[in-house]
Amino acid sequence: MSVLLIVPLVGPLLAAAVLLALPGRLVLRRVVALLATAAVIAVGVVLLLATCDGEVPVLRVGDWPPVVAITLAADPLSALLVTVSATVVLACLVAAAGTGDDRRQAFLPLTMVLSAGAYGAYLTTDLFNLFVLVEVMLVPSYVLLALSGGPGRAGAGRVYVATSLLGSTILLAGVGLLYGVTGTVGLADLAGMAREVPAAAVAGGVVLLAFALKGALVPLHDWLPRAYPVASPVVVALFSGLLTKVGLYAIIRIYAVLYGGDPAYHPLLVAVALASMVIGVLGAIGVGSMRKVLAFHMVSQIGYVLLGLALFTAASLAAAIFYLAQYVLVKAALFLCAAVVRATRGTDRLSRLGGLASSNPLLALAFGVAALSLAGLPPFGGFLAKFLVLRAANEVGDWFVLMVAVLVSLVTLLSMLKIWGIAFWGEVPRAARERTARPGLALLGPPLALGGCALLLGPLGGPLLQVADAAAAGLLEPAGYVRAVSGR
Amino acid sequence: MSGPLIVGVLVAAGVFLLLRPGQLRLVLGFVLLGHAVNVLLLAAGGLHRREPPADGGGSESADPLPQAFILTAIVITFGITVYLLRLLRRASRRGSRPPETWDGGPR
Repeated sequence: MSVLLIVPLVGPLLAAAVLLALPGRLVLRRVVALLATAAVIAVGVVLLLATCDGEVPVLRVGDWPPVVAITLAADPLSALLVTVSATVVLACLVAAAGTGDDRRQAFLPLTMVLSAGAYGAYLTTDLFNLFVLVEVMLVPSYVLLALSGGPGRAGAGRVYVATSLLGSTILLAGVGLLYGVTGTVGLADLAGMAREVPAAAVAGGVVLLAFALKGALVPLHDWLPRAYPVASPVVVALFSGLLTKVGLYAIIRIYAVLYGGDPAYHPLLVAVALASMVIGVLGAIGVGSMRKVLAFHMVSQIGYVLLGLALFTAASLAAAIFYLAQYVLVKAALFLCAAVVRATRGTDRLSRLGGLASSNPLLALAFGVAALSLAGLPPFGGFLAKFLVLRAANEVGDWFVLMVAVLVSLVTLLSMLKIWGIAFWGEVPRAARERTARPGLALLGPPLALGGCALLLGPLGGPLLQVADAAAAGLLEPAGYVRAVSGR
Repeated sequence: MSGPLIVGVLVAAGVFLLLRPGQLRLVLGFVLLGHAVNVLLLAAGGLHRREPPADGGGSESADPLPQAFILTAIVITFGITVYLLRLLRRASRRGSRPPETWDGGPR
């Protein structure tokens, strides 16, 4: 069982090597990339089933003793995130075949390396390896952004690289400080340390600051709406499913293990969560392209997940994890809809769009389902997720939080209706009448499939909720994880 | 005492360069910040003189872990610095002079 843990990390890296050795064979390259990703999904599901029974598979690469080994471990949270991320990667690979993004020689190998870094970051048990794997993930993303970007990509690329580099520097400094204070960087050895050693809490705060920058939490969010919308929509879908989510995962994991969910920090986390929700959703009002609107909503939605973490009860953690999983799928569906719009109309600027609902009803269906799920309307998965977060907030009795969360979803709905009203209804612009292309199945399939997931997660969300409950229990009581990882 | 002083000076110089306009200064600023973090990692393992760790050890052997961290960090920072310089060069070869502000917008 635990041998499988190596697959998500090494499988895509091997695939990247094979892809580099096969220049020009486009169909074969696509098959290799899809197979590697499908293998990761299969392994993710197997790990998910195993971890939900309470088992914690641990792999020490090369059988080295625990102190020096590179240790990989899976609990329900990491297994779930590996599975969901790999699903998004699969959808993006198919969509990239549709848009022609993968005709660039570098696209598929870079995507493979990026995804390997993300899966590795979910599975590692060591803060320094987490730093290395985050870098493995970020370096391809710099190149992908610069390669796939439209006008303004040079500026956006510089903002993105500079911000990420600053984040990595802060992260490394935090890891160094933590090592200096505690003498270890293994998560298992650090469990609960921040409550006992104040200096460890400060050093952990530096690490959390770095991940807040990478996860684009307000007030460190400004780079995301500037950098992401420049890349091609398929690449943004990939980024939204992997990059910021790794930052969020790291915050959840470190706060749960290192700080043991210390209530002293709850007001700070709640404040950051609410600020992210409000500022993200307000920022989306004033921008004019589908990708930009969706990028601002990323900031806003991350706030809901953080809110679930901030309350730190069993119900709120389960809600946050459920929210994270469904939101990654929904967000990828929306960005892939933007990819279809851009492939067929040549732009995703709202002022140049219109009449998509009549010219492309299937796209309208996919977008409508995903958008309503994002806004949190029943019966979609997004409603269940928001409902769970709100119920957890209600149990704590925080009325202000409840009110803000409801208002933010209302504004989210308005913002989705704005895209719908302008791009999907309305007149077909004259310039678009001649050059409208028919999207193929490779383009329309991924957003439809992901939108279908969003729909199914509402009435049939029970299994995911069970996984989220198991993951929340693991975060509240990390003793089992700690024991398995430290080998004691 | 020398450790904190070196880190402090390097961070101050790095942050100063980051806050100045100009791409090249940005790159140099990150190089200095990277050095500062490397010294910090080294200091985390202790800066006083000890025996080499591979020499059978003993109680006073140096901690090899921070040194492994630093080696990894140097490789990563070097790679990204080269990439940043490449971006800068491409911007300057396009005929226009390198942008004064880091996101290419007005100053």
